[in-house]
Amino acid sequence: MDPDRKRKIRLGVALGTAVVLAAALVYVSFSSSSEAKSPSEVLAAGSGSSYKVTGVVADGSVSHAGDALRFQIADRDDPSKSVPVEYTGTVPDPFREGREVILTGSLEGGTIVAERDSLITKCPSKFADEAEEDPEHVVIEDSPS
Amino acid sequence: MPTLGAACLVCAFLCAIYASGAALAGRNGDRRWVDSARRSVFAMAALLTVSVVSLEVAFLRDDFSVALVADHSSTTTPTGYKLTAMWSSQAGSLLLWAWVLSLAASGVLLATRGRLRELVPWATAVLGGIAAFFTGLMLFGVISPGADSFPFERLSPAPVEGVGLTPLLRHPAMAIHPPMLYSGYALFSIPFAFAIGALVTRRLDASWIRATRRFALIAWVFLSIGILLGSAWSYSELGWGGYWGWDPVENASLMPWLVGTAFLHSVMVQEKRGMLRTWNVSLIVGVYALCLLGTFLVRSGVLESIHAFGVSKVGGPLLALIAVVVIGSAALIVSRLDDLRGSRRIESLVSREAVFLVNNLLLIGLCAVIFWGTFFPLISEALTGTERSVGPPFFNRVVTPLAILLVLFTGIGPLLAWRRVSAGRLWRLVGPPAGVALGVTAVLAVTTDAASEPAALLLFCFAAFALAAIAGEFIRGAGAQRALGGGSWTRSLATVFARNRRRYGGYIVHAGIGILFIAVAASSSFQTSSDVRLRPGQSATVGDYEVTYREPTASIDSAEQKLTFGAVLEVARDDELVTTLAPARNYYSSAATEGVRGFFEGEATSEVGRRSRAGGDIWAAMRPDLRPLDSQIDAADQRVERRADQIVRRAEQVAGTTPPPEMRAAVVSQLEGAKVKRLGSAYIDDPPPVDFRVNVNPLVIWIWLGGAISVAGGLIAIWPAPAARRRRVADVHAARLARDLGRA
Repeated sequence: MDPDRKRKIRLGVALGTAVVLAAALVYVSFSSSSEAKSPSEVLAAGSGSSYKVTGVVADGSVSHAGDALRFQIADRDDPSKSVPVEYTGTVPDPFREGREVILTGSLEGGTIVAERDSLITKCPSKFADEAEEDPEHVVIEDSPS
Repeated sequence: MPTLGAACLVCAFLCAIYASGAALAGRNGDRRWVDSARRSVFAMAALLTVSVVSLEVAFLRDDFSVALVADHSSTTTPTGYKLTAMWSSQAGSLLLWAWVLSLAASGVLLATRGRLRELVPWATAVLGGIAAFFTGLMLFGVISPGADSFPFERLSPAPVEGVGLTPLLRHPAMAIHPPMLYSGYALFSIPFAFAIGALVTRRLDASWIRATRRFALIAWVFLSIGILLGSAWSYSELGWGGYWGWDPVENASLMPWLVGTAFLHSVMVQEKRGMLRTWNVSLIVGVYALCLLGTFLVRSGVLESIHAFGVSKVGGPLLALIAVVVIGSAALIVSRLDDLRGSRRIESLVSREAVFLVNNLLLIGLCAVIFWGTFFPLISEALTGTERSVGPPFFNRVVTPLAILLVLFTGIGPLLAWRRVSAGRLWRLVGPPAGVALGVTAVLAVTTDAASEPAALLLFCFAAFALAAIAGEFIRGAGAQRALGGGSWTRSLATVFARNRRRYGGYIVHAGIGILFIAVAASSSFQTSSDVRLRPGQSATVGDYEVTYREPTASIDSAEQKLTFGAVLEVARDDELVTTLAPARNYYSSAATEGVRGFFEGEATSEVGRRSRAGGDIWAAMRPDLRPLDSQIDAADQRVERRADQIVRRAEQVAGTTPPPEMRAAVVSQLEGAKVKRLGSAYIDDPPPVDFRVNVNPLVIWIWLGGAISVAGGLIAIWPAPAARRRRVADVHAARLARDLGRA
């Protein structure tokens, strides 16, 4: 076999493999993906599928029930629309009211039941335009008592 | 002082523009313009240094009239973190990027003055252009405050106290992680600029590669350090116990690293054999575009991520720069395709060139797969109309096979020679390490439960092969040197090392990567993890260990204004105490919520209790159930308010006039401090139940040890050879260059 033909065969095999692998990649990604929705969209879509839900933790809604963390997740743009969430697993350090969170879960009877350990809290804004100012933060003194 | 910094920034911007213009004016050989452009780059570096210093001085002096200082530092921030707070902000990090770029550009222009007369003007013009972009982006923040990019923005009136640094960032690894990454990104500008110069002037031999080789390596080393530090911080600080989450911003730093590694290998092929020229210029454009993309992703709000901080106006211009870089370079490459095409072809599949090509394909493949997963929300929306996203299971599934193959080739590559290797020689080279690998695999399969995870076992097999192959190379090299010059094995090894820093440094990098992969496979496939809820005195079983919650702890740090609730955990195996861990949770006073309640609504960070040994880590994080304390907290706040009212009324009676509101605020602060202390005692006296997560992670420390070995190998490869050898090499290159010129 002359070198040119050998090279053409190698190229053909390589391209063929690449196409097959790309198709496999596309298939795996679509089959293992979850759709991203806001809390109100999840309510509208109903139960059945698992979604990746992004929203804001509603003020005054955080409570613990045994192992689980319960809170309300609200739309980022419209805080009046919120959905209760039941979550088990690690709670990230930055988690608190008013913070943006991402979790994976499905709607069951009006509550989003989240997958274990799927809660991510966005880091407090490093690049926000305004920062919170606190002229009167609590002072703890080093006094003997 | 900050005004000086701002003025220097403006002048630096002007210098950058001048440098670009002057370099272009000198492109046809007028050395005066080129020299002037070079000096302008030096001036820009000096000016940006003054800018950086003036900003740091503002931080050290607690000058809260500077917005950055007020937003990211405070009087109570420890001095070291005051200095590193500069790059925790958007504007500060842009300044850092521009500064590193200016220093690197000065370095390369100093090293190449008098040489590469055709390339240097164009490279200078490109570097000046990039510097002008970044300095211009910062100045753009003056006219458009929404961009949040001007480092010297002032606040008037200046606040009395700053907000302080986010507690999560008060960690040494997090402090130097950003400058490491930005240095890596900025340093890749150098080979990129010289590649553009080579394309424009059609000097497409390896001279642009040789001039910028060290810069590319240094960039790679910085990127590696940055990525390793980020994952080390995540593992030791964050309460989830992992070191890689496939978060978009993690991926954004990994992608340029992967393509950068591919680039470092394929340029060797061009240097030795003159092949893959189109591939190399395309690769460096890809690396640089990914570096800019990495910088862009964190600031754009394009992807949902832990780190995506919402839309910033800086995102638009950065994306435009990426588009210009990619489209412009692609057009340039296409127009030079005829000059790039070489006459040599890969002769044999069993050769170093072929292995490097496979390595490149695997690395590009990894990058492509990670890119696909990272941008999947955007891709799926474009293709199907609904936004879908993938998580760690997807990434682990697609990355693992490619990573396993990559490890295999890190072993094969060092064994093969350039051009071709005969079948007999191949067998002699590959046989012994393959034997070792199979032996190790068999031992593992029999004595441990490694066979339960076939992918991990396969990776162990290939990694053992790679490490054995590299060890074999060391032995062969030292043996040859010993045969030539006598002396002991150690001395021969040292000599052969010193004479071939690039090659043996590279082998050490491979060894480090092999170790790193072994550790990743072991710590992910064979991890034991349990969540347990314990009261003091209770125990639970985690894997081979028994974990007992011995007692609670509470402490207060007035310097950092934090309250810490902790636990003493005893870990035993077979009834023998193995270690005592002390996980804790820190509560910081809140800016948003008042009172003692504010401590528990504000920032809380996890302090992990960890015992690291070569064989593995025992890791524990805790979260106390604070509901039993709720009533105490609320009662404390009410009592503080009542007492403060009492004190104010008393003062009013005594003084005869209403005291100012600041007085009440000060009294409240003092009282709350006392209440917080009492809360600490209450936690110890009547401890609530605590949720613990306990992980046993085998071999995890070798991830960072392996990474450190790789970085050390990279540094060895960068280290310049002694002068005499450099002259000899330069002569060889000069002869080769002459030959190339003749051929061209």
